Amino acid sequence: MSATLLNAVWQGIIILVGGTFLGMVYKGLDRKLAAQMQGRIGPPLRQPFFDVVKLMVKENIVPDHAVAWLYNLMPLVSLAAVGTLLFYVPLGGFEPLLHGYGDLILVLYLLAVPSIAMVLGGFAAGSPFASVGAQRELVMMMAYEFPLAITLLSLGWYLSAAMPGVHVFSLSVLAANPLWGLVGPLGFIGLLLLFCALMIVTPAELAKIPFDIPEAETEIAGGILAEYSGRNMAMFYLADAIKMVVMGSLTVALFFPYGLSGLLGVAGAWGSVIDVIFYLVKVFVVIFFAVIVVRVAFARLKIGQAVRLFWLPITGISLLGMLLLTLDRIV
Amino acid sequence: MALPRSFKRALWVFHVATGSCNGCDIEIVAALTPRYDVERFGIMLTGTPRHADVLLITGPVTKPMLPRLKRIYEQTPDPKAVIVVGGCGSTSGVFYESYNVVGPIDEVIPVDVYVPGCPSRPEAIIDGVVKAVAKLETLEKSGVGG
Repeated sequence: MSATLLNAVWQGIIILVGGTFLGMVYKGLDRKLAAQMQGRIGPPLRQPFFDVVKLMVKENIVPDHAVAWLYNLMPLVSLAAVGTLLFYVPLGGFEPLLHGYGDLILVLYLLAVPSIAMVLGGFAAGSPFASVGAQRELVMMMAYEFPLAITLLSLGWYLSAAMPGVHVFSLSVLAANPLWGLVGPLGFIGLLLLFCALMIVTPAELAKIPFDIPEAETEIAGGILAEYSGRNMAMFYLADAIKMVVMGSLTVALFFPYGLSGLLGVAGAWGSVIDVIFYLVKVFVVIFFAVIVVRVAFARLKIGQAVRLFWLPITGISLLGMLLLTLDRIV
Repeated sequence: MALPRSFKRALWVFHVATGSCNGCDIEIVAALTPRYDVERFGIMLTGTPRHADVLLITGPVTKPMLPRLKRIYEQTPDPKAVIVVGGCGSTSGVFYESYNVVGPIDEVIPVDVYVPGCPSRPEAIIDGVVKAVAKLETLEKSGVGG
């Protein structure tokens, strides 16, 4: 018992450190590639590491008007929530560390925690900019949570109908049974629509450019993060980096959980190495198309436009996807 | 404590205009464009002084800007550097002893680096940012700084 516990602790530490490292590398790639697309040279790949080390050195200011304990607690909550998410999402083709202890519904809730932590931190900062940012973040959450929930739940529902008796909302079961092979032509279109909805929700979940309305630097001076500096800011920075890995891994686990090792006929340790590398590439491709290209190609939307986008077309797309999956099951 | 090497490679800059004619401000923006691309040195423009390591200040200090400039300086977390961009901020320039001007920026807050020019060239502004870091390091060594 104690040996397995120790083993789990070691794996947990490796996942946390590895996930953070991966997030920072993807963040570096994000900035480098965005710069290249704009015809700039761009910062080195190690830039996020420099940023975090620098932020740790800086003074950590708590404003006079702030509610100090809430203000200092929220970066920790945010980082802890995304750290926990790393234990529930399949990374590198392996089963998640805590599989069997939580499922897709828990992941859905945990994904909302960092945003809520930022909202509370923003309100606690006592600055008008941060308050406006926090309100916008709340509105954004109301906008994108609905299509996200529909997408995740329809996938789970379809699997429960197709394979009665299994623990369908577990991410490892969903990753082990890719739906593309189970559905008919109607369901295939439905899955495509759900995938599109998830890809558009991803930048909103990560607060990247067309949807970075709560953090708009040019209009509300950094919004939620306006008052944060030093160590607290570094924690939000890290949480943002890890959340990118989590969203990428979630999309990969739900829609592209395939490995290369079976196809190439390589088993054992080398097979796992190939699968991990393939997984890294898949996550990169998801982040590239959902975040990097989008953030270079589009300008920031207004909050009303973003809400209208999510409530009408994106919710429509995800509901249509759900309807097609249901029809596919019934017909 | 010596500053880590990373500090130099990740300078976030906040831009304050205390009554300039916008010439220097446009040159600062020019330093961000693909032609000069300061992000390759890790220099980034932030939206709030709380995130800033370096304050880029342009223009002579007008009377309404005086309390605001002091406040922005105090809001910036340590260690920080202040760079004055352009002739007006360095010496009041053509606004010397004007009725609505308090004076050059170093009469209000401590300044580390002066970048001359009317307006300053983007190359000079980048050079000024790099010099400000060197200045921070010497201050740290002699135990004065912070």
